[in-house]
Amino acid sequence: MNKLYEKYIKTDLLPTLFCPGCGNGIVQIAAIKAIDKLGIQDEMACVSGIGCSSWIPCYFKMDVMHTMHGRALPFAEGLKLARPDKKVMVFTGDGDCLAIGGNHLLHAARRNIDLTVILINNYIYGMTGGQKSPSTPEGAVTKTSPYGAADIPLDGCELAMAVGATYVARWTTAHPIQLEKAIEEGLTHKGFSFIEVLTQCPVQAGQKVYGFKDPAEIMNMYKETTYVYKEGMEIPKGKTRIGLLKHDEDTTEYIDRIEARLESQGIKRG
Amino acid sequence: MDMAKITIDKMGCKGCDICIAICPKKVFVKSKKRNGYGSNMPEAQNVKDCIGCRLCERLCPDGAIDVEVEAIRDEN
Repeated sequence: MNKLYEKYIKTDLLPTLFCPGCGNGIVQIAAIKAIDKLGIQDEMACVSGIGCSSWIPCYFKMDVMHTMHGRALPFAEGLKLARPDKKVMVFTGDGDCLAIGGNHLLHAARRNIDLTVILINNYIYGMTGGQKSPSTPEGAVTKTSPYGAADIPLDGCELAMAVGATYVARWTTAHPIQLEKAIEEGLTHKGFSFIEVLTQCPVQAGQKVYGFKDPAEIMNMYKETTYVYKEGMEIPKGKTRIGLLKHDEDTTEYIDRIEARLESQGIKRG
Repeated sequence: MDMAKITIDKMGCKGCDICIAICPKKVFVKSKKRNGYGSNMPEAQNVKDCIGCRLCERLCPDGAIDVEVEAIRDEN
């Protein structure tokens, strides 16, 4: 067993309910490694919605809230406003965050409240049996799109950047070390941090969406179809950009703004 | 020369074979040993080739793999 599991995971609940080869476990290990590096286990509070990926924090030996479908971000905002001393991390999936909770993502990012959101994107609704999600690529055959998906997929990182998230990064499960560093940076960054992780769902998406059934082959595919942008390079066609997309440290955080506003009117908070 | 000690938890492993594909030195091979789920689990056979990169530890979705590299490596 992994050495960190004794300290951070409720080992009596193991094995996890994830399918063999699921990427959620890799995100779980990256998150606990980042928390271990910062040494902030007691300050952490995790919030999640509904979906396969929302089961990740339920195994943590920390404060965890498992909430309604799509409503993880409003719960997290409330928790952060009530307990500003806690570091709040939100685990959501692509259906949870972009479909039913899309509206909440817009407004949490707009306020620039100090949350760390990890969007686990596997391009499918895995838990309910493989239906089309907002991020499913065009032409992919799923249970609800038997002739191939016709709509244009939604890019969560572009959306978050457009509405004002101040730390945005995208990595895949094939880049575990970079992912761990991104989570660490997101936790230390004061403001809305949005980290998208492209993961594999070998059981529900497998052959029809990625073109491979074996989890290791899907991870290899992620390595080949993504690129990290360096200044002056030619942008490859048909590839997804990964890496750090936005890091803005000059904007003020929501709770600081509220406190400044109350102070200017002579009101004491709490 | 440093030696690594690799242990695979039988109750944690689900037999996804990510470790077999991801290891840069091909330390893991498929064996006939059954894990807690009843599927075949990998076996660390070529342990002497291990360079201690710990990719298998990070990429095992169930945290079943534990790598211990002796301290000689850190001194060099």
